[in-house]
Parts: sequence; C-alpha cells; structure tokens
Amino acid sequence: MDRILFGDNQFFGVNHMSEEKARAQSMKFKDTAAIMKVIDVAYSEGIKTFMCTTHDRIGEVTDIVRDNPDRYNNFTFYPGMPYAHKYANAVGELGIMGTLKKFAPGSIISTVIRGAMAGITQDAYELMKMLVDAEMQRFQGTRTPVVFLQNVVTDLLLGFNMREMFRAFHDYVQQKYEAEAGFFSMNMPMLVDVLHGEGIENPIVCSNINKIGFRMCGGIEKYIDTLKTKQFRPIAMSVYASGAIPPEEAIKWVCELPKLEAIVFGASSRRNIVGTRDLVEKYWRFDN
Amino acid sequence: MTEQPTEGEPIRTGIVGLGKMGISHFAIVNAHPDLELVAVADTNSFLTSAIKRYTKVEVYKDFKRMINEAKLDAVLIATPTRFHFEVARYALERGINVFVEKPFTLTLEEGRALVDLAKQKGVVNQVGFHNHFVGTFAEVRRLVNAQAIGEVYHVTGEAYGQVVTKPKTSTWRSKKSEGGGCLHDYASHVVDLMNWVVGPPVKVLGAHLNSIFSEGVDDAVHAVFEYKNGMSGQLTTNWSDTTYRKMTTRISINGKKGKIIADRQEVRVFLMPGCEVDGYGEGWSIKYITDLQKPVWFYMRGEEYSTQIDTFAHNIKSRNTEGENTFASAYATDEVLDMIQKADRARS
Repeated sequence: MDRILFGDNQFFGVNHMSEEKARAQSMKFKDTAAIMKVIDVAYSEGIKTFMCTTHDRIGEVTDIVRDNPDRYNNFTFYPGMPYAHKYANAVGELGIMGTLKKFAPGSIISTVIRGAMAGITQDAYELMKMLVDAEMQRFQGTRTPVVFLQNVVTDLLLGFNMREMFRAFHDYVQQKYEAEAGFFSMNMPMLVDVLHGEGIENPIVCSNINKIGFRMCGGIEKYIDTLKTKQFRPIAMSVYASGAIPPEEAIKWVCELPKLEAIVFGASSRRNIVGTRDLVEKYWRFDN
Repeated sequence: MTEQPTEGEPIRTGIVGLGKMGISHFAIVNAHPDLELVAVADTNSFLTSAIKRYTKVEVYKDFKRMINEAKLDAVLIATPTRFHFEVARYALERGINVFVEKPFTLTLEEGRALVDLAKQKGVVNQVGFHNHFVGTFAEVRRLVNAQAIGEVYHVTGEAYGQVVTKPKTSTWRSKKSEGGGCLHDYASHVVDLMNWVVGPPVKVLGAHLNSIFSEGVDDAVHAVFEYKNGMSGQLTTNWSDTTYRKMTTRISINGKKGKIIADRQEVRVFLMPGCEVDGYGEGWSIKYITDLQKPVWFYMRGEEYSTQIDTFAHNIKSRNTEGENTFASAYATDEVLDMIQKADRARS
C-alpha cells in the first residue's frame, strides 16, 4: 500500500468545516476535466492511489484512466462503496423497498418482496453481492486492489451487530475481484474488535485520526490504545480535521503514532498536494 | 406508572417503525451501553425478517403487542407522522418513556393530549429535533442568551436540500394526510431551531406553501413571522433544490450589537466595535464544529443523532422529565406550523 493516498471529498462538495467552501469546490469541479487536472497533478507528484467514492462522476474518471493505459500505467483505485447520498436521497423519494428495487433490480428483490422469506440470510448476502457488483461496474478494467465499505454502511452494520456481513463482504471482494476488503468507520476501536471476532485478522480500517480527536468515537485515547495493541492496517483520514490543525503539526502528530499504513488526504492545488506529500515524507517513520 | 429501571439496569427499549430514522435509531440504541434494544415493530416483513435472522431483537408486526409483551421502559416512535399520536398515547398510558420523531403530531389537539398525558404519567418525553444537539446551533443559542449581539431584532431560518426533485414520488412523505410535505419535514426543523434560539413568534404575517413538483404536498415553504417586542423573522425552506448535496440548515440573527450566521459546520459572529464576549472579539470571528462538538460513544451519520439518544437515556436514568426537546417544546413548534398553514390558506 502506498503511504499517501489521494481522496476525493474535495471534488464533490464535501467539506466538514464549511458549506460555503464545499459549494465553491463543487462549482470548481463541475467538469470532470477539472477533476482530472488535479488528479494528474497528484499523479505526477508521485501519488498513485486514488481513494474514491462510487459517485456517478467517478465513472468518468475510471473511463479516462482505462482508455489511457500508457499514461496511467501505475494508477490504482481504492473504491469506497456505496456513495451513500445516492441511496439516502432515493430512500427519501422511493422508500426503502423502492430504493432496493431501483439499485438492485432482478429476481432477488422481487422474491423478497413477494414474501419468500425462507432464505432471508441467503437473500441478504445475495443482495450485498448485487450491490457490490453494481458499484464495481464502472471500475472494470482498472486496478482495484482494495475495495472499501463506506462508513455509513460499516457503522450501520456495526450498530445492528450484523457481524457476519463484514466477513461476507470481505470474502466476496476477495473471491470476485481478487481484492482485499477495507472498512471506513467512525468507530474504529469497536470495529477492529468485531472484525477480529469474525476472523479477519489483519483488517484494513480507514478512520479519522487527528490530533484534536475530531470524530474519533470512543475517544482519542481508545484510538491510540487500539493502534498500539491491536493487529490491523490503519489508514488515517481527516488528519487535518478539515483544516482545524496546522499542516505540519497535524502530520507530525499522526506520523508519531504506531502502526500507520497510509494517510489519505484531499487537496485541490499543486501547492497543497506537494505540501502534504513533503510533510509526510519528512515525518514518516513506518517501514513498509 | 410502571416501575422505572433502577440504577445500573439496562433500559429496555423498543422501536416502532423501521424507516430511514428507525433503522438509524436501531443502530444507535443497540450500541448504547445503558439501553438494551429488546424489540421492534414494523409491518415490513423484509426488514423484520432480516432483523429476526441476524439479531437477538424480538420482532413484532403489531406495536400494541410489542408494548404489552416486551416489558419496555422506553419506546422510540419513528412511524409516519400520522401514527405518532396513536402509538405515543398507547405507550404513555402504560407509563413508558417515549421518544417520538419529529414533527410531533399532525393536529394540535393530539399534541396537547400527549403533552398532558406525559406530564400526568411523569415519564420522560422527547421529540427528535436533533438540531438542539448540533454544537454550532447550541453555541448560537448560548450567544443569544448571553446577549452577545444585544437586543435581537430579526431572525432568518433556512433549509435546502433535494428530497423531491421530480413529479412522482411514492412514499408517505408525499402524502399530506400522513404528515408529508416540506412544511412538516424541513420547515419543522427550522421553526423548532428558531423557537429554540429566540422563542416562538406570536404571529405569522404571511405564508406561501409552494408545490414545485409534488401534488398534494408543499415542496417549499416561505413565511414571515412577528415576535413580541416587534422582532421579525423569516423562514425559507425548499426540499426541491438540487444545488444542495444534502439537507443544509442555516440560521442568521441580527442584533443591535452584532450578527450571527450559523450552519451545521460553522458559527460566524460579527460584533460591533467595543463589544466582546468570551472567545469573540469585535469584527468577525469564526468557530468551527471541530471546536464545538463533543465526541460521542458511537457515531452514525452525525453526532447529534447519537447525543439525542444519549440524552434520552440519561434523562430516564435521572428521572428528568423536563430535559431537552420535550413534547411541550415540540408542541410549540407545531403551533407555529399550524399558524403557517392558516396563513397560507388565508392567502389562497
């Protein structure tokens, strides 16, 4: 795994600190060409892995990468699914069953709706597989060595205590896409224990890890303790806490933690991309 | 009144309605150390079968049976709004602590009856207006109460998002009789937030409920409020605005000594020369959610959803029936929604 991963929040109007900034960004990246320009900058600066949602417009990015194999011969995607707002908006409009019908058409859903409940366990697994396949379609022919479950779904399953689904997702992406499973979560310590309980011994978990403890549920001490004592491959996101921590202080602190595999960050300018890259190189002390 | 849970014992909790909010409550309640989710009731057999299969939670089709059989200390009601009254009354009559999703009820008579019944039974009663638990909005209320911007003369409340973006939708949210429409959904949140920060208006001077795509329900609500001491207010909500990725709520308050603008992410405060309040000097100051939000034990789509359930649990344990977001405060919000509807009807 590369130690620096490039994220995509900045392209889709996600900013945890300022809605105005988010709006300005979504205007700036109205065209996929504008997104590609920034991705190209990151790529040319040696950041080869793009960690992205399965937002519809990412499909245009995968098309470009797939169609230009010489230019992007080392380009790697880490898809995170599902793009939750797509589903959340649909639930508001169509209801839960309507949403399932829309995104997973086919016999499974109609069977389920008709009330053939005998094999519901099996059906839920099948449903998961169909949704994963639907989300992975646009990534066909690109390199996707790790496939992530987005935090809304991970944390929902965690709250429901539907632990088997983590294992099922893990096994399915391995079997079908020869990929490792990754998990985004806002509840990292809790998740790591559950994944271990499911026999996923060295899971890839991407969570907020930042000096001020922003959105590190269970508390910053618990996170640090988990990093020190548990076996897993942590990826830190939100290391700047959306800009609340000065860059150098933020990166230095994260790099002093044990075990880190990678840092994911988003930026829109060469200056910020290079700035983060150089800081990580300066303070990185993990040997992988 | 049934026996309340004693110290150290988990609070036996049930959920009625497993839609978007019910599912979210399920995860949060299930992860809470003091709450034990023992039962859910819903008529959708796809969801209940999955829950039966995967979890230890008891599943009921009929909420009455659940309430009678599951020995609940608390119930969360996340049905379509139309059913809030019936379910809440049934639970209250049996002395159960009740959390009900927003908006509270569809008629003022029903709301009044529930406020009285909850009081009579002495149980904890809470409504899901989660903005009270958003750090930035809580900061706005604190500043206004501390007279940071002096005497307030105007308040603006706004919410935008994309719930209905084309003519045909098929859920209860598109049916007025079930409690659908932008007024009961988006506008109720904003009205409640405005009430919480500056108190309720005495009068709705004019209102315009606009059906942009929907038939039978409103997609946008605009209204002008009058408060006591001549203060004015304006409400602008639109759930058919595709330029917003997700629901975005904003409140702006003008005072004689300054101004506050806040959304879920940041609080921007302008203070006139010579004015200063803890942490805010003259001119513009900005505080971010990263400074203002306290961490939660379990996160699912926003700290406020966890915090409101934690508050409910805490109030049950401490027998506090006058906590945040009581039925009475949600009833005051329903009164404003009622005035808005009347003003709209008077217009047309």
